[in-house]
Amino acid sequence: MGNFSTSVLAVRGCRIRLMRAGAGDPLVYLHGASGAAWLPFLQQLADKFDVIAPEHPGFGESDTPAWLDNIHDVAYFYLDLLEELKLEGVHLVGNSLGGFIAAELAVRNTQRLGSLTLAGSAGLHVPGVRQLDSFLVTDEQRLRQFFYDPKRAEAMIARVLDPNNEDTALRNQTTVAKLVWQPRSHDPNLHKWLHRIDVPTLLIWGDTDRMFPKEHAQAFQQAIPGAKLAMIPQCGHVPQIEKPDEFVAALETFLGARKKAA
Amino acid sequence: MKFFNFHLMPYAKVGLDEIAKNGSAWVTFSNSHYDPKQGAKLYHDYLDQMEFADQLGFDGVCLNEHHQTAYGMMPIPGVLAGALARSVKHANIAILGRALPLINNPLNIAEEYAMLDNLTRGRIIAGFVRGIGAEYHATGINPAYSQERFAEAHDLIVKAWTEPGPFEYSGKHYQFRYVNPWPRPYRTPHPPIWIPSQGSGSTIRWAAKMRYTYCQTLSPIADVAKFFQLYRDEAEKAGYEASPDQLAWSNTIYVGDTDKKAVQEARPHLEALVNYFLKMPTEMLLPPGYTDVASLKRVRSVKVTGKTKSIEELMAAGVVIVGSPETVREKLAEYQDLAGFNTSLTKTQFGTMPNEMARANMTAIAEEILPAFRDRPPQRAPKAAAE
Repeated sequence: MGNFSTSVLAVRGCRIRLMRAGAGDPLVYLHGASGAAWLPFLQQLADKFDVIAPEHPGFGESDTPAWLDNIHDVAYFYLDLLEELKLEGVHLVGNSLGGFIAAELAVRNTQRLGSLTLAGSAGLHVPGVRQLDSFLVTDEQRLRQFFYDPKRAEAMIARVLDPNNEDTALRNQTTVAKLVWQPRSHDPNLHKWLHRIDVPTLLIWGDTDRMFPKEHAQAFQQAIPGAKLAMIPQCGHVPQIEKPDEFVAALETFLGARKKAA
Repeated sequence: MKFFNFHLMPYAKVGLDEIAKNGSAWVTFSNSHYDPKQGAKLYHDYLDQMEFADQLGFDGVCLNEHHQTAYGMMPIPGVLAGALARSVKHANIAILGRALPLINNPLNIAEEYAMLDNLTRGRIIAGFVRGIGAEYHATGINPAYSQERFAEAHDLIVKAWTEPGPFEYSGKHYQFRYVNPWPRPYRTPHPPIWIPSQGSGSTIRWAAKMRYTYCQTLSPIADVAKFFQLYRDEAEKAGYEASPDQLAWSNTIYVGDTDKKAVQEARPHLEALVNYFLKMPTEMLLPPGYTDVASLKRVRSVKVTGKTKSIEELMAAGVVIVGSPETVREKLAEYQDLAGFNTSLTKTQFGTMPNEMARANMTAIAEEILPAFRDRPPQRAPKAAAE
């Protein structure tokens, strides 16, 4: 799928898989709990950006380092990674778990960031908002609930639940549990520090996100100074997969990206 | 052989169809189904049964710990052990066990067992478990740290029992400026530690190395024999010969007048236990990180708690023993010789079984079964038996 390179990057002894394509300003995409994959929206973004898609420590082919215990560890790891790759003006984009990591990174240090985009992001607790318990449904049920239209989940189910990759899926889930089991998918201290995010911030949300309903987007918007919200209609938890054109359009509009001269 | 009366203390007054409707009696099964008047009566009936077991000559009584479930009403087993400490006069009181990783301060468990050891003047057995997967949903404790927390809590508790306090402790999961629990255990160095498990290889190896009594939970007798052989092999590697006293089989026994009557009487209660009280979705039983990927895959493929089982299947697999006194004696002797254990942890009340029926079963076991096994160790060389 698409034309991208895969390499192994060692950051302070932790080796991770890195997918990369395109040229332009650096755009780092942090994947969600279902794991890393080079998806069509990344290929679309590679028309205009230097798209860098790492596979988190503890996932897939990346190492599971002994220091990996919580979401903060991963946030610090990615600060190290940006330094290692000497990236500046990074457009940091994260979905779900990846958004949680991105937000935790950004409250710590935005020095190497040009912007921040959170899509269907974990990280906050919003009182009274019902969320699906993703740990008490089957893998297939969970993936179907990601979509406004559960029938659109087929491709993602085939990819994530490929029986040949069962070991990887189980290992990914163990890492997910380490990061979000308790407190469940949020950091009770994060909201106190979101005001520190001083780069342009965009929230892209599906209006029918059942994992992190749109009230979560509003909570992020209230806490991050100047954050914009792009709500995508008839869309669930993974707008970059369910509505890739709308997702890419919203991101490009926000970043004011111009097409490269043909 | 030693006999312990093992109680799960189920909420026997539950509507089984309500459990079926919810899909499980655990975690998501609303506590609005709990009627405190019925529950209070059950607690007293069950505690009376434990005292009765003592009077009947059982060597011990067993409690355990589960959370947010109709399966068992013992989230804090120490409360019930405390209630029994002065009324159970001779029998040991075993808690099989406290789930160490679920408690944020393991010193509470060191204190609780030490208090009970003093109250009973040395009749408490300290079981240590990780708790089943459902407990991690019920308590919020991260299953991915279950094994680490168990290992660290175990080391801390044993150290707190054996090294003079106060001392400082700083681990990954627990940190204390002062470790100095009062009281100290009644016995030196500490109460016996027993390790119940579903058969995890790493747990069996560790228990054998530590010389802790290993208790095998609800399993077909052929598997029990394999697990116990692994324990003996590991003991040998550690440089000693395991005694049959270090191996305990957790079973269910029902004695009736005839085989036919016994099956007929036990059926609804036993089938309620396995097909309703025990049932839970795989995601609840095995949260991610609870065990390593290889074990997760093995257990997921078997779907242990999903299948509906009949009493005949359970009897044929040697998970339970049901029959006339003669049949029960024969089967128990056969299984004891096959697996090489010398402690029977026996559920005499199970599922929806009412009080009178449980007491009659206890009486029958005490009169018809116990005497035949009182001085009977496993008859064949354990090694040969499992081969």
